[in-house]
Amino acid sequence: MNPENYLYVSALLFSIGAVGVVVRRNAIVVFMCVELMLNAANLAFVTFARINGNLDGQVIAFFTMVVAACEVVVGLAIIVTIYRSRRSASVDEASLLKR
Amino acid sequence: MISNSLVYLIVLPLFSSAVLLLTGRRADRWGHILGTLAPGISFLIGLYQLAQMLGRSNEERAVTQKLFSWISVGSFQVDASLMLDQLSICFVLLITGVGTLIHIYSIAYMSHDHDRRRFFAYLNLFIAAMLLLVLGDSYLNLYVGWEGVGLASYLLIGFWNQKPTYATAAKKAFIANRVGDLGLSLAIMIAFASMGTVSFAGIKEHAGQASTGVLTAIGITLLIAATGKSAQFPLQAWLGDAMAGPTPVSALIHAATMVTAGVYLIVRSNFIFDAAPNAQLAVAIIGAITLMFGALIGTAKDDIKKALAASTMSQIGYMILGAGLGPAGYAFAIMHLLTHGFFKAGMFLGAGSVMHGMDDEVNMRRYGGLRKFLPITFATFGLGYLAIIGVPPFAGFYSKDKIIEVAFNSGGAKGVILGCAALLGAAITAFYMTRVMILTFAGSKRWDDKAHPHESPVLMWLPMVLLAVGSVTSGFLFTQGNSLQKWLAPVVEQSPAAEGELLKPAVVSILALLLVITGVGLAAMMYLRKPVPVQAPADVSIFTRIARRDLLQDEFNEAIFMRPGQKLAKALGIADNAVIDGAVRGVARLTQGTGRTLGLTQNGFVRSYAMWILLGAIGLLATIWAVTL
Repeated sequence: MNPENYLYVSALLFSIGAVGVVVRRNAIVVFMCVELMLNAANLAFVTFARINGNLDGQVIAFFTMVVAACEVVVGLAIIVTIYRSRRSASVDEASLLKR
Repeated sequence: MISNSLVYLIVLPLFSSAVLLLTGRRADRWGHILGTLAPGISFLIGLYQLAQMLGRSNEERAVTQKLFSWISVGSFQVDASLMLDQLSICFVLLITGVGTLIHIYSIAYMSHDHDRRRFFAYLNLFIAAMLLLVLGDSYLNLYVGWEGVGLASYLLIGFWNQKPTYATAAKKAFIANRVGDLGLSLAIMIAFASMGTVSFAGIKEHAGQASTGVLTAIGITLLIAATGKSAQFPLQAWLGDAMAGPTPVSALIHAATMVTAGVYLIVRSNFIFDAAPNAQLAVAIIGAITLMFGALIGTAKDDIKKALAASTMSQIGYMILGAGLGPAGYAFAIMHLLTHGFFKAGMFLGAGSVMHGMDDEVNMRRYGGLRKFLPITFATFGLGYLAIIGVPPFAGFYSKDKIIEVAFNSGGAKGVILGCAALLGAAITAFYMTRVMILTFAGSKRWDDKAHPHESPVLMWLPMVLLAVGSVTSGFLFTQGNSLQKWLAPVVEQSPAAEGELLKPAVVSILALLLVITGVGLAAMMYLRKPVPVQAPADVSIFTRIARRDLLQDEFNEAIFMRPGQKLAKALGIADNAVIDGAVRGVARLTQGTGRTLGLTQNGFVRSYAMWILLGAIGLLATIWAVTL
């Protein structure tokens, strides 16, 4: 199978994630879209490792997973705290720094 | 010769001035005594120095004292040092002697003034600055005194500055003097640039090698300086308004300090003017113009102090004319300066005495018949009057006739023109001074019953009497055996015997006397035969009207300098506002606008930021793609 197809999938996933981040208001959904973008990048890394025949891309994909795990911990904690104090998970309403 | 006591001449009045100013009201009770003692002791030191000088041969009379090294930059060395020679000692004695008499007079004259102590402090500052001016051994030291004199005159003319017109008069004097000061600083710069030194001795040495152009430039700039300080044409306009100061100040400015500085500067710089004939001619012409100018103004003034001020302008014109006639005239310029110091100080103090008795009335049309009420003032003023119009054997006769004679004998058409101007000036002087005498002391009373004319106290008439003695005897003493001429010879190179005289001294004297008698007679005819109206007549010829307005000197200055100057300032103000401030304001507005526009992107919505990041990333990738393609 042509490895380039994986790259197309990766680009498609990344675009879906990016649009989701920009257009959705719910913090949980935005968060999921961010995860989607990260995993699209992972897929691209692994594909390139496969095309080039070395392990560099695979290693970076592991790193990304570790960082994504940390991010989930911190990000979910923030979202839960905001929800508790504001009774809403809308990212548009959490604009106190500006107002 | 080295001397250690020169500095005390200056330090005493300076110290006294500082004490009077710094101790404030506490010194009110004894301030005037200290203020009078300081110049008095300076005068005694001056006499001591004169006695020392007389004991030495003529070439070794000059003494110097180095105070400290003032400026030391590379090859440019200026010491703050003093020099007392035959020329300086004349001025030192005049300044401290006449100055002390004026101080004594002021004790009584200013006794009712709240600020007498401050007045004495300024007088002492004036004396100190003038002494520094005549004792400095370089143009730079002279310049310090020159500026000090300008400052002190400003403070004194504006002494009663609660009156706005008086404060304006002080400013006018200061500004006119600043124009002249510019000339002096230019002269110093030219001298330093071309000769590398600013001391009198150094420049005298280099004057031989310097080009005529440079020397003429220095001479003309020095002349500008002299016209400012000595109230000569075209910077003469401040002198009349300077009468705003208390009368002793006028006496001091006109006799001992200030206006004599210009004459001193030119005589002191004789080595420059002798080597630059064009500059010398300019000096003589300025002197001749001013002596006529002042005399004409004097004929129309009803204010006694302003008439005397115009007379000073005219008499200083004689001195400048004398100084502009070269080696033949220097000694006579100085002689006229000294005799003038006596009789003009005496007459100003006399005018002050009249004002003292007449409730500060200055309009001569409101005087009349005062000789019975102020006999001593009348006598001393009368002696001064005889001296200034040049009646033998009074002082002015000797000094003024000598200047006229030298002018006639200076050769060619120049001599005839200058001589005729000086002769005519003498006739006009006789006319206006007779007018002052008649309006003030002769005729019937024209004052109203509120005034009670009375003779002044002894502290006021004693200085007047002493000055009158000086105005009677000084001319005779100075000419006896050409004593002053010989005394000054080492400072101002004497000319070899003049080749071929145009007019003999006796002829000049007779001509001058005839003209003086004509002037006196004319004034007597005009003002004695019929009563003088209290109001100045309005239906007078255009010439009288112009003379009453100071020959339009203020109108001229305002039209040529003031209004265009104001317009220029206004235009520059607009330009400053529009261009320079505009640029600054534009930068500010640009920064503000940019900030506000960029601030719109910071709207607080996370999604918007994410959008920008995304667009940025896309833009970056697109750029890289476009570049690598």
